[in-house]
Amino acid sequence: MDDKILSLNTAIAEHIQPGDSVVLGACLEPEVPFAAAHEIIRQKITGLNMIAPISDVSTDMLIGAGCCSDITGAWVGNVSSGLGHNYRRSIEAADPYRVTVHDHSNFSLGMALMAGAYGMPYAPMRSLLGSDILKSNRQLKIAANPFSDTGEQVVLVPPLKPDVAIVAVQRADRFGNNHHWGSRGLIFEAAMAAKKLILLADEIVEPDVIASDPSRVLVPGFLTTAVCHVHAAVHPAPMTGRWQRDTSFFGDYHSHSRTRDGFLAWLNEWVLDVPDHEAYLKKLGHRLDNLKITGSALAADVNYAAE
Amino acid sequence: MANYSIQELMIVAASREIRDGEVVFVGMRLPITAYGVARLTHAPNAVGLFETGVVRYAPANSLLYTMGDNANQLNAAWTAGLIPVMSLLQRGRVDAGFIGGAEIDRFGNINTSYIGDFKNPTTKLPGSGGAADIAAMSKRTLAIMNHEKRRLVERVDYITSPGYLDGGDSRKIAGLSGGPAAVITDRAILRPYGDNNELHLTSTHPGQSVEDIRDHTGWALQVAPDVTETPAPTLDELTALHTIDTDGFWR
Repeated sequence: MDDKILSLNTAIAEHIQPGDSVVLGACLEPEVPFAAAHEIIRQKITGLNMIAPISDVSTDMLIGAGCCSDITGAWVGNVSSGLGHNYRRSIEAADPYRVTVHDHSNFSLGMALMAGAYGMPYAPMRSLLGSDILKSNRQLKIAANPFSDTGEQVVLVPPLKPDVAIVAVQRADRFGNNHHWGSRGLIFEAAMAAKKLILLADEIVEPDVIASDPSRVLVPGFLTTAVCHVHAAVHPAPMTGRWQRDTSFFGDYHSHSRTRDGFLAWLNEWVLDVPDHEAYLKKLGHRLDNLKITGSALAADVNYAAE
Repeated sequence: MANYSIQELMIVAASREIRDGEVVFVGMRLPITAYGVARLTHAPNAVGLFETGVVRYAPANSLLYTMGDNANQLNAAWTAGLIPVMSLLQRGRVDAGFIGGAEIDRFGNINTSYIGDFKNPTTKLPGSGGAADIAAMSKRTLAIMNHEKRRLVERVDYITSPGYLDGGDSRKIAGLSGGPAAVITDRAILRPYGDNNELHLTSTHPGQSVEDIRDHTGWALQVAPDVTETPAPTLDELTALHTIDTDGFWR
């Protein structure tokens, strides 16, 4: 197999083009790959269609930084603090520009990525009947269930096949094989649906570590385009068994981003004036040490012996 | 002076909506605490679901800021993905789901998306998340709201999460079963009443008059004939709540 290790800067530069559709943070609240969002902002990549059910403030940040033209998602805001100020300014006042929103619910976005992942022409579902999401997103269509005798209505969701999925995992080997544990949101569907998969691994391990527990593999390495070793890539989001959530960081973002000038000052301080993720971690200093999970709650051993 | 806060009363009222053995989308904050109280009192076998993919038999041991917090993963019954857990809704296996919202109307439709015309809104709210799915596909939707005139409105600008739509059997005609069962506010409990499924005042919280409640409602709120007072939390309920809320967050 090919060695797929790339630096984060190189992976973003080589694999994300202006105008791409990008799934980032499809895990909802944990394992949001903020380091990749920061790097997209530093490289000033524009015109992106950002896809995520809920991706905490990473989507709001990318809107404010001018990176996206479209949002395909169910929820954009700040999970512990409330509304996303950049999102509001963009939609309410075109400040500094207006993004196009493709409204979904969590489940309909899941169906879209699942249809993309499994090569299905569309996914039928029962949700969103009676919801105005069907009015604001005309790509979702009501149809009669051909198998129903009673004229039952269903909603058809077209597949999403993003250009790139960016997913954070606890560990990976240099070939892109990986382990992820904890709740998965839509990262499995995102990884399977996307044309390219960039992994941000908290730790790079020897291939035999991954091979020792194949049931914990998110997707096998042949589907991985690039694997980046990025320590604490998810800060300020949590990562199961590795990093606690930095809730006051989300609160600070919320208060600073209340005004456009406040947001720009925040963005300069934490993203644009910071050359790379290493420098970001250094800037966090002891704050990061306090977020590191030091406790131990190990799973029971699993035996895969063949004889 | 009551020995409980209004939030504590809301939590206890919400907990009473969960029956033993039920499978419930518990959301965050107030509802997750309500789930904990129900589990420690009358519903020890209630199962809690989270959209991230987590299923739990008991609330986490510490206060959660998000359902993705580490404490919510530890000793979970299942850490799967969004589709397996939300498909339980579509499969008809979810009894109840808690949702919140910026606006709710007389038929229990909830808006968490756009204030004003969605093409040109005056306020952009964060959006559905999983609320539209929970409202469409759980057997009973339980809404938690602050009781303000601007939140309890005649008609929401945008239906994110369907309630009884235009009332009567319009929800059924749209292809949905279930529907709102209770709206728990800081003043009262409203429930659908009569053939039209319009939300009626069914329970007033202690110290709240019907007049006050109607004054704080954005439509001509009707009073159910069997309206009662919300029973104050029992000693058992308060003890259970204090066992969970050790820091007194809700006091």
